[in-house]
Amino acid sequence: MTQETAVTSGVADGIGTNARRPDGPLKAKGQFAYSSDLWHEDMIWGATLRSPHPYAHITGIDLTEALKLPGVYAVLTHRDVPGTNLYGLEHSDQPVLAVDTVRYQGEPVALVGADHPETARRAIKLIKVEYDVREPLTDAETAVSGEGPILHPGGNVVRHVPIRKGDPNATADIVVSGEYEVGMQDQAFLGPESGLAVPAEDGSIDLYVATQWLHVDQRQVAAALGLPISKVRLTLAGVGGAFGGREDLSMQVHSCLLALHVGKPVKMVYNREESFFGHVHRHPAKLYYEHGVTSAGKLVYLKAKIYLDGGAYASSTGAVVANAATLGAGPYDIPNVNIDCWGTYTNNPPCGAMRGFGAVQAGFAYESQMDKIAATLGMHPVEFRARNAMAEGSVMPTGQLVDAPAPVVELLDRVRRKPMPAPLPADPDIRQLPGGVSNTTHGEGVVRGIGYAVGIKNVCFSEGFDDYSTARLRIEVIADEPVATVHTAAAEVGQGLITIEQQIIRSELGIHRVTVHPTDTSVGNGGSTSASRQTYVTGGAVKAACEAVRASLLTLAARRYNLPRRDLTLVDGKLVSDTSGVLADLVDVLSTEVVEETVEWRHRSTEPIDPVTGQGNAHVQYGFAAHRAIVDVDTELGLVRVVQLDCAQDVGKAMNPQAVLGQIQGGSAQGLGLAVMEEIQIVDGKIRNPSFTDYLIPTILDMPPMDIDVLENPDPHAPYGLRGVGEPPTISSTPAIVAAIRAATGLALTRTPVRPEHITGT
Amino acid sequence: MRVRVTVNGEDRTADDVWEGESLLYLLRERLGLPGSKNACEQGECGSCTVYLDDSPVCSCLVAAGQAQHRDVRTVEGLAQGEALDPVQEAFVEAGAVQCGFCSPGLIVAAHDLLHRVPNPSDPEIREALAGNLCRCTGYEKILDAVRLAGRRINA
Repeated sequence: MTQETAVTSGVADGIGTNARRPDGPLKAKGQFAYSSDLWHEDMIWGATLRSPHPYAHITGIDLTEALKLPGVYAVLTHRDVPGTNLYGLEHSDQPVLAVDTVRYQGEPVALVGADHPETARRAIKLIKVEYDVREPLTDAETAVSGEGPILHPGGNVVRHVPIRKGDPNATADIVVSGEYEVGMQDQAFLGPESGLAVPAEDGSIDLYVATQWLHVDQRQVAAALGLPISKVRLTLAGVGGAFGGREDLSMQVHSCLLALHVGKPVKMVYNREESFFGHVHRHPAKLYYEHGVTSAGKLVYLKAKIYLDGGAYASSTGAVVANAATLGAGPYDIPNVNIDCWGTYTNNPPCGAMRGFGAVQAGFAYESQMDKIAATLGMHPVEFRARNAMAEGSVMPTGQLVDAPAPVVELLDRVRRKPMPAPLPADPDIRQLPGGVSNTTHGEGVVRGIGYAVGIKNVCFSEGFDDYSTARLRIEVIADEPVATVHTAAAEVGQGLITIEQQIIRSELGIHRVTVHPTDTSVGNGGSTSASRQTYVTGGAVKAACEAVRASLLTLAARRYNLPRRDLTLVDGKLVSDTSGVLADLVDVLSTEVVEETVEWRHRSTEPIDPVTGQGNAHVQYGFAAHRAIVDVDTELGLVRVVQLDCAQDVGKAMNPQAVLGQIQGGSAQGLGLAVMEEIQIVDGKIRNPSFTDYLIPTILDMPPMDIDVLENPDPHAPYGLRGVGEPPTISSTPAIVAAIRAATGLALTRTPVRPEHITGT
Repeated sequence: MRVRVTVNGEDRTADDVWEGESLLYLLRERLGLPGSKNACEQGECGSCTVYLDDSPVCSCLVAAGQAQHRDVRTVEGLAQGEALDPVQEAFVEAGAVQCGFCSPGLIVAAHDLLHRVPNPSDPEIREALAGNLCRCTGYEKILDAVRLAGRRINA
């Protein structure tokens, strides 16, 4: 249980309020320094030569012509990597620069440093690389079968997770099976990979970069540079969105290599095309599901096989596999579960983290199955789900007890009962029709459908990982006012963590003025900005730092006023004695003293899952969201317009209600993208659409209004009872929209995103 | 080549400009105005939107030389000193800024809309901002911000 806290409710801009983000005005004025905005006197520009082939052996590299180009300072290959030429989040299997083999189209082969980005681009074109092109391995199921080339020592299976619960031979009255496919989605953050590396005279380096986890970058960069950790200092530059795509390294090592080699600051900025090659994507998946159900509508068993294509390098595939397996049954009570989930190496682009990873792919399959079973039984899809929904006290297929609220039935019920949008008028505004101002219909051939879905996501890092964050908090008097300065290494990527940090300190200590110190590696590890974990873990660390600071302040006050420490408390920024009431303002207690505490904070521990049975208390917390989607479909052209997208989500405690809604709206939009438009299209291992012209993300015309219910059922194990918010809405929005398209058209639609030709059959 | 341009009311000159450089590159890398963002360089995302002689344009699609002797107004030129423009204020207040990378372009586009159409309907707002991509917000709070700014500008 969480300790009782001395939080003062109703503190201005404290927790539970819509406190404004401290970086908002700078961002709105165009004065916020993103990683691509950095500039240094005497800096040069870096560029990357990438493989045009998904699979080839390198037989020769000739740098002569590139080196001759005026304005070029350096051309580097793997021979110039002083440390370990392999890096990776879970496995060090990815070369900083290719040695003798390239395993995906876009793999970095060489680097150029030059006086102008155009000079660097031209020099890249002058590097001659000879390739012995091989037949790529492009299918995950083939990879699991063992056929095709072996791409890494140890074979092409990155990880296999089985889940075994109950009777593997269970039978049922009714059997419903389906095969589902999820396309490769891109994070499509707007701020491209970029940063500035500045060498120091002692051979150390400062890197200013947009990332999700400074310390894991620092570890990998230092290893590649062959430097001790202390000589590689990272500072978070402004981050233009992340969504998982900045968990892996992109230009971090490359810019440092060039900077140390040339002895000048080096800036690297990917353009949009390079960005599509420069970060990992969401794993495409093939999923085979079979459910057994009684004629009364109770789920008896699930048998599933899930194939996740990890592409050329492992990245976070292991964790993605574990999520898809452990959450593969969805938020339902199923007595017998038999799941096998594989993540593979292929020659497709590397896949890793994207919002909701593993849970998104499984969610599309199990929710499609729920609709199919409900239709088979002649039941309403919400009623069937509710009959089988898990709740607090349920046991997951991993054997883990769900020991916090799990209001799956209520979430579904809430979205079902929301008001319906008006039907299409007889003479609609074309902007409200599928196709919009393309003027492709005035309503003829347009049909409406409704779909529902619910999803489950683990929050924080799982499987026994030592998951913690560090917060340093300093309190002092500046200009007759108490001021708190909070310092963490946890990455603000747009979600609003720095606002939450300020809110926690205001509520805990009653200090209104809170400065957020620049985020860097001079303070301890903050952990990753992923797995919906930062408000939970870094929020928890800031709360714990407040408690430590409060204890020090009270000790200081007891000494200063010669009173028993146990009689003193701090209430709304004032020192209060049990016996005599308010004694002093914080300003007087502190006087010229500075109180500073640094705290590491961990959530409750988890366990690895058994590699044979998949059993174990693997997860910290579960998050849930449900969606209802209403769509209009032009059946003649296969165009879809989502008319309304409603959501209910349990967030435990809405630390900043406005930011919570922003997460739900933004996460739902990314799910809409995966439902109807977003897919990196791969042919023979090559990306066919690496641009915003050809890879479409939702515009303001594509996103419908959302009616959202935010539930606050506290999780007794979490700080303030809060739950991670960012990922759950990305899971259920996709299957809800596809279900609505099915309802409108009567088509089976087993693949997402749904393309026009899937609807028209042409 | 040399480019002379008026930016946010100031006469500016840049030397040694390569003919292939865009107005966006000129602003960001030569004139010290990185507020306009580069997110696609194809005119698809709107992050680089600036006024060119009072018309909003994607500055990534305008050659630097095309701005010669013309008037450019960027997101940095909207605020009056420390005071935010009402559109900027509404974006911050409504929660329309998350990562903020799209904000400069969206704010210029919304500023243009609200100075052309005093009380735009939701379909008008959506149509006017359809060329500006945002990946964080799902656009709901951007609509809130534009409605709020519209009410204040016309109050």
